[in-house]
Amino acid sequence: MNKPIRVLSVFCLLLFVALMVNVTYLQYFRAGELNQDPRNRRVIDAAFSRDRGPIVVDSTAVAQSVPTDTRYEFQREYPDPEVYAHVTGFFSFYSQTGIEQTQNQVLSGDDPRLFVNRLVDLVSNSSAEGGRVQLTINPAAQQAAYDAFRALGEDTRGAVVALEPSTGKILALVSLPTYDSNPLASHDLTAASGAYDELDQREDEPLLNRSIATRLPPGSTFKIVTAAAAIEDGLIDGVDDMVPGGSSYQLPLTEGETGLIDNGGRSCGETEVSFTQSLEQSCNTTYLQLADELGVDKLTETAEAFGFNSSYLDDLQPQAESVYPGPKGEDDPDAAQTALTGIGQWNVAATPLQMAMVAGGIANSGVVMKPYLVDQVLSPDLAVLSRTDPREFSRATSARTADIISEALVNTVSRGTATPAQIPGVEVAGKTGTAENCDGCPNYAWFVSFAPADDPQVAVAVMVQNSSTSPDDIAGGRLGGPVAKAVMEAVIEP
Amino acid sequence: MAPTSQLMEFVHRRRRGAELFLLVLALAVGIGGYAAVGVGVNGTVPADVLSYGGWLATLIIGAHIVVRITAPYADPILLPVMAALNGLGLAMIRRLDYAFEERGQIHTYAQQQLVWMTLGVTLFVVTLLVLRDHRLLQRFTYTAGLAAIVLLLLPMVPGLGREVYGARIWINVFGFSFQPGEVAKVLLVIAFAGYLVRHRDALALAGRRVLFIDLPRGRDLGPILAMWLVSLGILVLQRDLGSSLLFFGIFLVMLYVATERAGWLFVGGLLAAGGALLASQLSHVATRINIWLDPFAHYGEGTSDRGRQLVETLFGMSWGGLIGRGFGEGQPWRIPVAQSDFIMGAIGEELGLTAVIAVILAYMLITERGLRTALVCRDGFGKLVATGLACVFALQVFVVIGGVTRLIPLTGLTTPFLSYGGSSLVANWVIIALLLRISDQARRPSPRLYAPDEQTQVVKLT
Repeated sequence: MNKPIRVLSVFCLLLFVALMVNVTYLQYFRAGELNQDPRNRRVIDAAFSRDRGPIVVDSTAVAQSVPTDTRYEFQREYPDPEVYAHVTGFFSFYSQTGIEQTQNQVLSGDDPRLFVNRLVDLVSNSSAEGGRVQLTINPAAQQAAYDAFRALGEDTRGAVVALEPSTGKILALVSLPTYDSNPLASHDLTAASGAYDELDQREDEPLLNRSIATRLPPGSTFKIVTAAAAIEDGLIDGVDDMVPGGSSYQLPLTEGETGLIDNGGRSCGETEVSFTQSLEQSCNTTYLQLADELGVDKLTETAEAFGFNSSYLDDLQPQAESVYPGPKGEDDPDAAQTALTGIGQWNVAATPLQMAMVAGGIANSGVVMKPYLVDQVLSPDLAVLSRTDPREFSRATSARTADIISEALVNTVSRGTATPAQIPGVEVAGKTGTAENCDGCPNYAWFVSFAPADDPQVAVAVMVQNSSTSPDDIAGGRLGGPVAKAVMEAVIEP
Repeated sequence: MAPTSQLMEFVHRRRRGAELFLLVLALAVGIGGYAAVGVGVNGTVPADVLSYGGWLATLIIGAHIVVRITAPYADPILLPVMAALNGLGLAMIRRLDYAFEERGQIHTYAQQQLVWMTLGVTLFVVTLLVLRDHRLLQRFTYTAGLAAIVLLLLPMVPGLGREVYGARIWINVFGFSFQPGEVAKVLLVIAFAGYLVRHRDALALAGRRVLFIDLPRGRDLGPILAMWLVSLGILVLQRDLGSSLLFFGIFLVMLYVATERAGWLFVGGLLAAGGALLASQLSHVATRINIWLDPFAHYGEGTSDRGRQLVETLFGMSWGGLIGRGFGEGQPWRIPVAQSDFIMGAIGEELGLTAVIAVILAYMLITERGLRTALVCRDGFGKLVATGLACVFALQVFVVIGGVTRLIPLTGLTTPFLSYGGSSLVANWVIIALLLRISDQARRPSPRLYAPDEQTQVVKLT
């Protein structure tokens, strides 16, 4: 009987091998796929109960996990939620946004760079701790931006972005209206989803990060880009060079009232005006003519060198790409439309971050730095895992071009349309902008600036989309100026 | 019967010391597991770890001492392997008790399982003490067969039987529920062995030859047809696919071993295929096959949710990954009735692929030792019983672990030694006792070798 028994042994061996192969396939090779399955509650549960690392600004945590008694062990807390909501985002059972989303791997501890820490936690049987994310935000500037913006009125909508021109560090990023991220992180899942639905359905879209996801025609602030293209092209060679001006300008290919654009009563010469005055007084006639003269190709080149038509911020999602409607786009502008792009109208659209980069590029002698928000990634025991090195995004203009524009922008603040941004004892460079989104809806205001002009430490872009002040009263300087000023002061004066 | 075994010069060593050493390791698994569950769930070693460990050690060491006295030549691997599995199962069930407690359901499955284990060890000891020679069992061939059939029919008796999860395989006695099929399984192996060893010559006669295979004679088909009908009866009347497969599989295997005729496997395979075809017409079998083909279509809201156990097991095991989440860190309570058939899912989730492979290897060792016992055994009856018992193990493990890991359709059998369930645990302890008894007989040196080494001595053959 031994032969059949031996045959049986082999048969049983095969059975066991089949079991082992199958279980290995299931738990090793197919595990990834099953763990991705949204129906697998274990994965979400575990992520939600992690001892997540903090998000740190300076040395203060703006998002942290604290132990609780509930099933999920750790509660995510935001000590200053409304000021930082659009930076940190929120961490709810159902989704994450902001840094909580983009740095999720590090914060949760799943990042490969934290492998050793995970191993140690595993051996010591303590629950795995996530890494910490150190942001570039300057807390004083962030707070100043938030406070100054809130001072414009309760239901103000808009955004502020401040950059360090020499590095691209984002020093402040505020979007209003904001929200409280704490209820969204609640362990009471019904309450959390209720809080989310309420925010999501609000007409003023508090969850929208306007600083990177809202793009609007930049209006007169775009004249900086047009000026840069003109100087690079040799049309202007100094602040006192004469440029085309006039009190009104008939767009090419048009006739009559609809194609006639004036300067809102500001003084822009009979036919010519100095370059500095054209910026000081925000002369539409000048920049329409310059744009017409330069043509769409050169404007596209310069606008794209500043960052239009591309995305550059890795640390927050989703972001809108700023648009300069050049020939590459679907809508090839005609001569009138090209002229209009010169004053930041027609289909030109920019996010506040984009306009901060324009200001930052001029401030940094023509070099636009790639903006970033995550300064350092640290392990739970504070070892630096990675540090973001400043990277050049592009050279938008020559240093000389930047100097000329900078000088004119300083004049704009000292005696032009941008006077509300003046800081005693500091040379400030700035430019206002006002634009109409559509007929009948309220105008909105732009303000871009940097300071000190001789050694720029901060570049700011302010966009006020809607404010409780009456619509016809809006001028970029009056609304955006004080906000920009507050942010610059917070950075310059420690 | 292989004549070679009597001529072999090889003398088996007793290896009781090795068994004791392995048992200490097994106890470390059991007690360590229990302590680890406490640490993982509550952060502290359970207060009763000493009394628990003491009790476990008493049972295991007690069993060892009885083996030492009554079956000194028995296989040294079997007892430690099953002690380790039993200990691991207890720890896992304790872990699940904690999980149920957190969800507001108080269960004392682990305690009950310990009581069943005590009963199991007691029966193990009794078996070894009472049954000094396994060949005695051959006398009870028909008694065992009859008893097995009566046991299988018990759940059908109104008032006594109980239907659980659609299967009518339980009886209620004095407040205890009991699965008589688990005991019937052992009795059937004995009955088959007794019957086959007596009739194997007739059954081995070749009939027609078709394609290299000698088919059995038609007139010998009676027993296998009877067994086939019994299995189908279990499937239809009791809706117990697992036992049905197991019983028929065991009979087939033993028939093959007894007759050395692969033809029987052919006939059996045909019958099994026919049975499967018939069975797939049954709604509860068809459901299981559908769940197996696409468990995710039977999971979640808007579906029958019949695939929940399987899907949650798959999720849990993949969540466990290579090394598992650790005791207390997983969510095995998501698998409905995880303490029973699906305990491998809980083990896979909290202890990982590593532990699952270890458990499968442990079962493989038990099967291997069982079949080895069958190989060295000197009498046909012992060979058949050992083969049968080893294959019961292998098939049951394959069917249940294969089922919960979606290798084959789910059939519903307990995982030997691990799953919560008294009847199964007790029956398995008895199986191991029988295997130890047979291996003791098999490995014991034949008296001839004990004879004084004198030329004049007449060799006495037993």
